[in-house]
Amino acid sequence: MKVLSIVESAYRATVEEQDDTIVWLNAMFADAGLDVDLLLRSQAVNYLVRGQDASSLAIGGEPLGNPPRLDEDVAALIARGSSVYFVSEDAAELGVSTDRMIDAVRPVTRSELPRLFAEYDQVWHW
Amino acid sequence: MATLTIALMDPPYESETTTTAFRIIDAALRKGHRVNVFAYEGAVNITMAEQAPHPNPVKGTDVDEEDHPTTKDWAERLFRISEGRLDWINCGLCVDERGAGNWIEGPRRGGPGDFVAWVRESDQVLVIPTKRP
Repeated sequence: MKVLSIVESAYRATVEEQDDTIVWLNAMFADAGLDVDLLLRSQAVNYLVRGQDASSLAIGGEPLGNPPRLDEDVAALIARGSSVYFVSEDAAELGVSTDRMIDAVRPVTRSELPRLFAEYDQVWHW
Repeated sequence: MATLTIALMDPPYESETTTTAFRIIDAALRKGHRVNVFAYEGAVNITMAEQAPHPNPVKGTDVDEEDHPTTKDWAERLFRISEGRLDWINCGLCVDERGAGNWIEGPRRGGPGDFVAWVRESDQVLVIPTKRP
């Protein structure tokens, strides 16, 4: 079974969980043997920007010891064997240029999405 | 009989998605199907045993008059009508982070691997998304 997971709601729970919960979940799925790829759209395309740094966060003097490193988390998912796509128009609208992105991510236009979806047995929009 | 697996992420009372999911689960069970629920993130709070109704001072109604079921009450009812065809997993790591381990009879502790196993044996999978308008 081949699954495409779509992440659109960006930066949810990244402070409390120290991860994007859905990127994390899909890494767990991949480790459990599921053939799963990722599509980032809307503000979640920003996960691909290299060098995001949330390490200065502290609340009441208590620092977040292990801040989210979403670019590295997505790169690790690619290293696990998953393909990671992003909607190119969303990146352009947000001013996220491809030269700032991590390696090996694949642009897909909005008009190409139906063709992409057809390659999968299931599409999960988280 | 078909098998439906549903992934939930919203905590109770935060949006209409929990109600929508309950309606889908109820309809599927009443039609004789099997339903698996994977409760992730705040959805592990849906089945917390210590939920309690309250009076409504705006309306001047007491608890009995208010007659407002909590989400764990609805979950209990779904288990009751399911006759063993409802399986519900609360993500264990989500439970631990939220201190949400005291839940009603019916759900069990599990993890993402259980969801993957369910997906493989299900006729349909429904992910209730997190997008907000």
